[in-house]
Amino acid sequence: MPAQFVKFYQTGTFTAGNRLLPSEEASVQSDEVRPNSLTSGHRACRGCGEALGARYALDAAIRAAKGKVIISNATGCLEVFSTPYPESSWRVSWMHSLFGNAAAVATGIAAAYKVKGRSDVRVVAQGGDGGTTDIGLGCLSGMFERNDDVLYICYDNEGYMNTGVQRSSATPAAARTATTPALGKEPGHEFGHGKSVPLIAMAHRIPYVATASVADLRDLEYKVETAMGIHGARYIHIHVPCPLGWGSEPSDTIRIARLAVETGLFPLFEAQFGTVTARTQIRRLTPVDDYLKLQKRFAHLFQPNADPQRIEAIQEIANRNIQEFGLLG
Amino acid sequence: MLKQVETSRAVAETIALCRPEVVCAYPITPQTHIVEGLAELVKAGKLQKCEFINVESEFAALSVAIGASAAGARTYTATASQGLLFMAEAVYNASGLGLPIVMTIGNRAIGAPINIWNDHSDSMALRDSGWVQLHAESAQEAADLHVLAFRVAEQLSCPVMVCMDGFVLTHSYEAVDVPSQKEVDAFLPRFDPRQVLDPAEPMTIGAMVGPEAFTEVRYLQHHNLLRTLEVIPELSRSFQKQFGRDSGGLLRTYRTEDADTIVVALGSVNGTIKDVIDEMREEGSSVGLVSICCYRPFPFSAVRGALARARRVLVIERSLAPGVGGVVSSDVQTALGGVRLRIMTAVAGLGGRPITKASLRDLFDRAERSTLEPLTFMDLNCQMIQRYLGQQNHRRRTPLLTAEPNVSEAAVRVS
Amino acid sequence: MFEVRIHGRGGQGVVTAAELLSAAAFLAGRQSQAFPTFGSERMGAPVTAFCRISEKFIRSREPVGKPDALIIQDSTLLHHVPVFEGLPTSGYVLINSTRSFDELGLEDLLQKVPSNRCRTVPATQLALEQVGRPLPNAALLGAFAAMTNQVAIEFIESAIRERFTGQMGEANAAAARAAYDLVLRKDEIHAKAS
Repeated sequence: MPAQFVKFYQTGTFTAGNRLLPSEEASVQSDEVRPNSLTSGHRACRGCGEALGARYALDAAIRAAKGKVIISNATGCLEVFSTPYPESSWRVSWMHSLFGNAAAVATGIAAAYKVKGRSDVRVVAQGGDGGTTDIGLGCLSGMFERNDDVLYICYDNEGYMNTGVQRSSATPAAARTATTPALGKEPGHEFGHGKSVPLIAMAHRIPYVATASVADLRDLEYKVETAMGIHGARYIHIHVPCPLGWGSEPSDTIRIARLAVETGLFPLFEAQFGTVTARTQIRRLTPVDDYLKLQKRFAHLFQPNADPQRIEAIQEIANRNIQEFGLLG
Repeated sequence: MLKQVETSRAVAETIALCRPEVVCAYPITPQTHIVEGLAELVKAGKLQKCEFINVESEFAALSVAIGASAAGARTYTATASQGLLFMAEAVYNASGLGLPIVMTIGNRAIGAPINIWNDHSDSMALRDSGWVQLHAESAQEAADLHVLAFRVAEQLSCPVMVCMDGFVLTHSYEAVDVPSQKEVDAFLPRFDPRQVLDPAEPMTIGAMVGPEAFTEVRYLQHHNLLRTLEVIPELSRSFQKQFGRDSGGLLRTYRTEDADTIVVALGSVNGTIKDVIDEMREEGSSVGLVSICCYRPFPFSAVRGALARARRVLVIERSLAPGVGGVVSSDVQTALGGVRLRIMTAVAGLGGRPITKASLRDLFDRAERSTLEPLTFMDLNCQMIQRYLGQQNHRRRTPLLTAEPNVSEAAVRVS
Repeated sequence: MFEVRIHGRGGQGVVTAAELLSAAAFLAGRQSQAFPTFGSERMGAPVTAFCRISEKFIRSREPVGKPDALIIQDSTLLHHVPVFEGLPTSGYVLINSTRSFDELGLEDLLQKVPSNRCRTVPATQLALEQVGRPLPNAALLGAFAAMTNQVAIEFIESAIRERFTGQMGEANAAAARAAYDLVLRKDEIHAKAS
């Protein structure tokens, strides 16, 4: 018999191999009638992690809710690049009110549909890290505390990017931003700042909290689908690199996101009612240097006269995450 | 039904009759009794198909209202003073998005210094936010205006503030005729939104508008608000027909037909003023009152018509523009552009200082005799002012003021 | 128009007293308005409330500066707060106390105002007896009714029963009636003595 060259396809990835999975397990994006809730024509930068994450997350939400989703969007990159009047790249019901109230507006929309007896209509609130971890935290906490039936998605690119790359409470230690310049004895963002909104969400003991990354888009879709299967307050925090703000190559967005996961700097996990129920194991443990090197916002850490202790301190953060979340099995 | 009740309670019951679908509020003195009343009505099942949401700040309150209204629910909230300012961003957002939210303002002073008592600083601070602003003169009107407000708001796709004096009206206990459900249903049809968030018909609300179109959007908003000046009299007439009462309207005149001196005021002080006017009329004075109900948009034409034949106008202000003077006076001045008459302003009742008949009488007498300065502060404690300024002067090594602190007469004439 | 000013301390039901009086007047078919002045919500701080009763619709909202009747729920206020400010010579004065006007140090007052318009009533005692709580407001309203004849005692009792349901309503109404009877008896004794 002549030799036959056989190709094996992997399932569960975005390669063409998706066609070997049953349709409800396949990536939403592999479906030729995918929702395309955030369609083309928007003004995002090349390599924008947020545009990528939003499209995957919302299409997953829409498939889960059979199209019946209303979105409440905070002010920020996503809102600005998607709705330059008179154009809009949203193909679903979408509303933008203010910077800090996306969660509260979503609460209102959910209440209106509850009164109308329409539990089939689902509400998704979304915003960047600025609108979520800082100015929007009050409304977010209120929504959590009342257990309003809203899924809140935070696209975390670690800074106020739309306004020119200023620091937010999600900006990591040592990162250079316009308000934490790489100058002086402690160049970049100081250590000891920052807050974990996923942990804050868990402290409210809401039904579902998860972190996700554009490095693993199928995992992101899965987490959104899981969230959509639950009623009550839910929170998903997605790590989305910003080539402009981070000083990285547009083509490196997914690679950088993957390095954040593999170093332990961005743990992927799920939690229910305040307890971690699943975490993604690190497949190939990587030193933080490999992640930091690809981003100009950390370039000052690699200067000849830079203090090596700073990179060590970042490694410490990664190590602590690995230990606390059990990322190495 | 006529009942002796706290005005806030009457307001709550009347709002419940308007069939609101989402009510959300954050507590602040002096509006709390209204939302407490609504919470009770919802919990007791007397107000059905209504979500009552306890929110974490006033900013959240109006934001929740914005979401609910955009999703097609009839929505209500209430606030005052600091709370109104805390939600200021959302106030502009609601009007910019054309959402027919009705909000009660329990008029209260704004700090610093912190003060929980009645004046108009709060609603005045947001007079240019694009909301319709109505002022209630009496407890009955406070209740009635809410019914009118929902109708006006939904007809114009524009949010409405119903202003009622904090404590003076919110906490007064008197007879109010709370209408029946049938009467309110006949006057207030179901909410039919101009645009709505609906998965079946997706739309984008809240886009970013650049220089090429922003002016036009604002012009259209201005144009719409001007239509209020026709809609309100029309709806007030319908209200009169349906409920048999005169509530609302742009303004009300009292004994102005032949008046040489006309007083202009907003809110509950008008009741006290009417008593003073009656007393003065008995003694032969020629004095009358214009009570403005619709303060925004400002009814320039109606005000001009009501005042133009007077010789003197005295505006009673319940707020102050520091460094400037009156707030309502400026609008009255504009209305009377070109008309030759004397306009005087009296700032009264700031921070809840009671406005007494005696002090009003003194002001009106001096206004009649034209011995009142252009700007007066009613019941100002001159001694306290002089003493304070004297101390300030004393403390400086090189006095900025002359040895005799010279407090301008115009600012400190005492009633 | 008949204007009443009520003085007391936070927690003693001063505002409720004014509201009950206005409710009673309403039941009697008259126009009535009640409202408080406010400090911050604090137990024990001086509180003043007002009530106006009239045949005509009441438009004015100024505080009561010339009270036709003063009700003082707490005698500890007497020499601390200017409770008698604006009291006309025809005014009624009703004080919650077991002591007499002389014993309260108010001899001067009795010079200005007719003595048959001044009464002290042990309202707190009556409240303790009837209601089991030291809230003197209901009893004082009963005494007011007897002194001034502005509102019949039956309407006071009805207003109380509408406001407080069940046993609380009955007990408070009984306290009002007890004070009412007490004042009428004293008046009888007074009339017989003179």
